[in-house]
Amino acid sequence: MRIPILKLYDCLLVSIQWELDDVTALQFQEDLLHKIHETSANGVVIDITSIDFIDSFIAKVLGDVFSMSKLMGAKVVITGIQPAVAITLIELGISLDDVLTALDLEKGLEKLQQELGD
Amino acid sequence: MEFQSCVKIINEWDIVAARQLGRNVAKELGFGTVDQARITTAISELARNIYLYAGQGSVCIEKLNEDGKSGLKIIAEDQGPGIEDIRRVMEDGYTTSGGLGAGLPGAKRLMDEFDIESIPGEGTTIVAMKWLR
Repeated sequence: MRIPILKLYDCLLVSIQWELDDVTALQFQEDLLHKIHETSANGVVIDITSIDFIDSFIAKVLGDVFSMSKLMGAKVVITGIQPAVAITLIELGISLDDVLTALDLEKGLEKLQQELGD
Repeated sequence: MEFQSCVKIINEWDIVAARQLGRNVAKELGFGTVDQARITTAISELARNIYLYAGQGSVCIEKLNEDGKSGLKIIAEDQGPGIEDIRRVMEDGYTTSGGLGAGLPGAKRLMDEFDIESIPGEGTTIVAMKWLR
């Protein structure tokens, strides 16, 4: 199953609603980059409120999505990281330091606007 | 005989099946959401290692009941190439697959007890436990 990517003005919105398997995660990475290219989006918000765990593979994919989008010229904000997810990621030894995050979708969009400077 | 349930790891989908099994058992045992996430993540790391390095193997989940303490045990077993240098694979950031190198040391931190036995050329068995507090 593919993760839907919605366009909203100059941004893309993604809400990941189910547990990611490896294949879906990699497919998403590719789909998102193509969509950025296609729509000339400046920013992306990926909401992961529904995700209740992230392992090192998914963390790598999300971190890579951030860096790859940046390379293309789009900013990515990840929103809705659950307490259990934050705890396990840090215990795993993954801090995703360079990745932009916000508490929820609303704050994520605000952060994106700030980052994009308008 | 205590409860035990196993998932054979042959492809990527089996990693999902293994962690779903683990999460369900953790829930049944009464683990909170953070511990459920720890257990699920640890299983995912161990199952992925089997898939990546050994090709195939199995992940078994057991319910533990010792001296009035309840817990969950993960047994990840394969007949793969084995690990030459266990100390090395337990170092953060060490990887031979282009991953983050967080899998084994991370899984150890997420669980209460963690034990690796590996014989080069014969395979690897990892046993990890989490106790209900």
